[in-house]
Amino acid sequence: MAQLDIADLTAGYGGTPILRGVSLSVARGEVVSLIGRSGSGKSTLLRSVIGLTPPTGGSVALQGTPIDYASRRSLRWLRDRVAIVFQQFNLFQNLTALDNVAVAPVQVQKRPRGEVRDEAAALLGRVGLGDRLGAYPEQLSGGQQQRVAIARALALHPAVLLLDEVTSALDPELVGEVLDVIGDLAGDGITMLVVSHEMGFVREVSTRVAFMAEGRIAELAAPATLFAAPQDPRAQDFLARVVR
Amino acid sequence: MMLLSSLLSEMPRFFGYYNLLLLGQAFLTTLALSVSGCVSGFCAGLALAVLRRAPSRALLPLRWLAMLFIEAFRRIPFLVTLMLVFFVTQAMGLDIALFTIAVVAIFLIAAAFTAEIIRAGFNAVPAAQWQAAAVMNFGYLATLRLIVLPHALRSALPPAIAYLVMLIKDTALASQIGVLELTQAARSLTSRGYSAELVYATILILYFAISYPLARMGRWLEKRHGAARHR
Ligand SMILES: Nc1ncnc2c1ncn2[C@@H]1O[C@H](COP(=O)(O)OP(=O)(O)OP(=O)(O)O)[C@@H](O)[C@H]1O
Ligand SMILES: [Mg+2]
Repeated sequence: MAQLDIADLTAGYGGTPILRGVSLSVARGEVVSLIGRSGSGKSTLLRSVIGLTPPTGGSVALQGTPIDYASRRSLRWLRDRVAIVFQQFNLFQNLTALDNVAVAPVQVQKRPRGEVRDEAAALLGRVGLGDRLGAYPEQLSGGQQQRVAIARALALHPAVLLLDEVTSALDPELVGEVLDVIGDLAGDGITMLVVSHEMGFVREVSTRVAFMAEGRIAELAAPATLFAAPQDPRAQDFLARVVR
Repeated sequence: MMLLSSLLSEMPRFFGYYNLLLLGQAFLTTLALSVSGCVSGFCAGLALAVLRRAPSRALLPLRWLAMLFIEAFRRIPFLVTLMLVFFVTQAMGLDIALFTIAVVAIFLIAAAFTAEIIRAGFNAVPAAQWQAAAVMNFGYLATLRLIVLPHALRSALPPAIAYLVMLIKDTALASQIGVLELTQAARSLTSRGYSAELVYATILILYFAISYPLARMGRWLEKRHGAARHR
């Protein structure tokens, strides 16, 4: 049984269709990367799966359970199991790095405060921010905020993690760190859907790579296959540009 | 010169025991009208703003009522609201103190205006903040308490206080239904033959004594808000 089953998904903004039928089945522990040109709908796909841009058609099933995006109960169930790291991080501006990570586990999941704060500090340490626990988002650089956002998502212990451009604001050496974190997570059985423009990163972490174009998955293959011999002409063109 | 010397000679008599008592009482009445009306109005305004944005479908009728209330009382002049409360309570045969009627009228209008100011504060919170809370399964009230209110109140407090300072001036209209507050006291004193210059200068200082601390607090909050943004 697939962990996440997306079938013929359509979605858009105010009547403008953006996703035009996306189908993708992701097994437990798999890391599927989404690549494609800017505006091809990668972020929209992630936002749609988590219900921020509600699907207009098709279906999403998590662990075999179909999601009803009109039902708050179903949405809540989904969001208890799926976490997202936004392209723009979206940290809570009024909370410190530590509180950003700890607030949902304490307030929503009702876990013990002390235990959560210890874990939050450990997670922030793992992404190289152990010395910035008390900093507010506006006191942090883009890359630092992004790493807080990753720690915040991990603290929720999601079964499925949606990562939108988590390497775009990072220094090269930090890309390595985040790569390690993601590798560990995949080892722990967490399923990931990762949007990235960093082809080296994609090649390293992915079990499969989906190339998106015009709101559809134009090609889906193992990274070695896709990078060596893309079939779709748009994928050939895209890869020729981004991989030197 | 003539005016000044005549005012000076009038002062000992003007600041006699009974006049001071009257002024003191009027001052406290204006203060009480302002504070009770503003505090209750602010709380109700906050509640209305929260209700108006509530996602629950079951609350839809209440949300409509809240919106109707806000839109209506923001557009009615304060004097009309005051008369409305006055005559409605009279017609219902209720025996309510004039002071209470004035407080209720101020409460109504302050609630409607602060609700609107706080609503603008909610809208100033970036959608991304609401969305980040939503995907982590925060409920509406938890989102407000933990994320939105700290943000929204920071931007809504200065305009809310500026509005409440203006409202203090409006409490003068309570004299129209005979509440003995500062403006009414001034009228009563001038009718007793004291020179208007002296009376109104005194009243002016007393109004200032009420609104200036509030205005200062507003400016302080604004500065702190600005400082926090550039921290
Ligand atoms: N909130 C929105 N309202 C209207 N249109 C939007 C909105 N967000 C995105 N779009 C449009 O949807 C399309 C897909 O956007 P999306 O953000 O999914 O692309 P993307 O593949 O993530 O691009 P990028 O690589 O630049 O992040 C774009 O044409 C964009 O203009
Ligand atoms: Mg994007």
